[in-house]
Amino acid sequence: MLYRIEKRSDISKEKSIGIRALAILLALITSGAFIFLLKLNPIDVYLSMLDGAFGSPYRIRETIITAIPLLITSLGLAIAFKMQFWNIGGEGQILMGAFFASFIALNYPDIPKPILLTLMMIAGILGGGLWALIPAFFKAQWGTNETIVTLMLNYIALKWITFLQYGPWRDPDALGFPKVPNFSPNAILPKVFGVHIGWIIALILVVLVYIFMKHSKKGYEIAVLGESENTARYAGINIKKTILVSIFLSGSIAGLAGMIQASAVSKTLAVSVSGGMGFTAIITTWLAALNPIFILVSSILFAALIRSGSFIQTAFGIPSAAASIIQAMILFFFLGSHFFIKYRITRKTSAKIAQGGE
Amino acid sequence: MKRVSKVLMVLFLAMAVFLTGCSGDSGQEGAQDVKAGFIYVGPTGDGGWSYAHEMARQYVVEQLGIETLYKESVEEGPDVENVMKDMIDQGANIIFATSFGYMDYMEKMSLEYPEVKFMHCSGYKMTENMGNYFGRIYEPRYLSGMVAGLKTESNVIGYVAAFDIPEVVRGINAFALGVQAVNPDAVVKVRWTNTWYDPAREYEAARALLDEGADVIAQHQDTAGPQQAAQERGVWSIGYHSDMSEAAPDAYMTAPVWNFGPYYVEQIQKVIDGTWAPESYWGSMEDGIVALAPLTENAPEGAQAVIDEAQAKIKSGELKVFAGPIKDQEGNVRVAEGELMTDDELLSFDWFVQGVEGKINK
Repeated sequence: MLYRIEKRSDISKEKSIGIRALAILLALITSGAFIFLLKLNPIDVYLSMLDGAFGSPYRIRETIITAIPLLITSLGLAIAFKMQFWNIGGEGQILMGAFFASFIALNYPDIPKPILLTLMMIAGILGGGLWALIPAFFKAQWGTNETIVTLMLNYIALKWITFLQYGPWRDPDALGFPKVPNFSPNAILPKVFGVHIGWIIALILVVLVYIFMKHSKKGYEIAVLGESENTARYAGINIKKTILVSIFLSGSIAGLAGMIQASAVSKTLAVSVSGGMGFTAIITTWLAALNPIFILVSSILFAALIRSGSFIQTAFGIPSAAASIIQAMILFFFLGSHFFIKYRITRKTSAKIAQGGE
Repeated sequence: MKRVSKVLMVLFLAMAVFLTGCSGDSGQEGAQDVKAGFIYVGPTGDGGWSYAHEMARQYVVEQLGIETLYKESVEEGPDVENVMKDMIDQGANIIFATSFGYMDYMEKMSLEYPEVKFMHCSGYKMTENMGNYFGRIYEPRYLSGMVAGLKTESNVIGYVAAFDIPEVVRGINAFALGVQAVNPDAVVKVRWTNTWYDPAREYEAARALLDEGADVIAQHQDTAGPQQAAQERGVWSIGYHSDMSEAAPDAYMTAPVWNFGPYYVEQIQKVIDGTWAPESYWGSMEDGIVALAPLTENAPEGAQAVIDEAQAKIKSGELKVFAGPIKDQEGNVRVAEGELMTDDELLSFDWFVQGVEGKINK
């Protein structure tokens, strides 16, 4: 007997909801078994996870703060992914955005707040955009593999920030402890309703990216190029230019996320500015099928998962590794359900093989 | 609909907890109302620093029966602010942050949450509601240096060290002075790892020192990685933080160790009684917050007697580790005969004593 995976031509709504529900149930049961091994009550832990992500105004704010960089970076990645340009370099683009913004913040700490923040934003956008332009240029010019190049550039960015932290930008007042000095108050983003202004920027970006992807000429060209390079060429689209422009945009949005994190959350430059969001955003972008509105939803849900994982660590005193396992299991089943919505596994009997003549 | 009602229920419960939490919060707090949060830089299973604090936390629970929270592997960066906020959100009213790099973030949080008590380990900043505490680990370190000095045959002792901050520099100097007290010819070679917790990097640094001829490895690191490197080469080691004999039974001789439990109990008891006030505590061997772990059979013959004598003198105050004359690496006398280094000088130590091979970045 043989099994084969085939693409579903279409799937009814009930069935796809059914698969998702089953996936969530399986996730809860499997991680429940794991929680049970830790000698805890799974139901308590799940309720506590919900409580930890949304249980009080403070917790909701924290969830939103976690969602902001995820959402913004995802929006950037969506543009690249639409063109089938696999930008795995969100992490590096966030860091370089943060680096450019920090350069302004540390060198001109005393210029008026609105001007300083605007300059930092522009710097952040440039930092992320230029960093992304490197793999885009290689791809457009020589057809290099962007997955590898963007991935590797992450580590270069990471080590660059580490170098600054230990070397030229080390805070002389920290008694030798390797950290970059804190930003001046002028370089810190203000808060609106208790959450830094990044949430407004993120929402504006959702709208802008939506319009760009669905209703602009460039957005259309990106989609066409993503579907087929030949079609794009036949339609008279300038392929090189489209790659360069769209990847600059993609990286610059991630760079803006870096500026926001450095300014509002870290209040300095540190390797933790990106916090793995460049990688996590790949997941949220895919879960949302590159749709900006859905990205908003998936980012908030994912942020809730991150926050609740952190919450149960302190609430139940479980090791951080165990909390990560629970998070990962839930995610694993959820992503797995996507596979079964798109594909199905059929069993080929020998009779069928004979018929098919394979 | 069901999901909505569930969320509402959780919200309602959270509110109820929040409100009851507020009503009990008037001046004096009973043992039931006191919740202590502990923040660790490494995993509790590191067998070293975070483990020592975790043991102390368990001691607190045993002695006082209060609720505690802890979070392990918290990076020394802005994220620790969120960890503190989360703990306060979950009801913590005294927080112990147990790594140097948490200091500035804790200072900020202490200003933001005046009703919460903050305790920072190994730092020097204080506010109205933030104190700091540490131990004179350099005293047992000096003794461990004596053990190393008696043991070494190559007269090269390797020292795997985390960051070139005063705390670590002070430890290296105390160790080297201990070595020289029994073996004036031995040198202490230093390797920086720039991390508190990284078993692989610590192990590699120890191997590099062994390659340079060291036959005793000491460490200012949170894991037993260097111990294992020494054991693999069939040479000897001095641990740190906790008894590391299990990690390297054939190499480990002794270690300067911490005993935070009684201090934590005392501080939390003060919070319960409503008498807590921020202090800057630097406990000694006499106080019991630091000690030298029992010598194993790997330790050199006769070491026990030497250590016993020196230990008694340190406890009585007759022997001061940083008493002159002390020369720096270039041979200049930095502390004259008959002089003592002050605590301020110790807390900003940024030079090595003679006999240490290594460099401090300034």
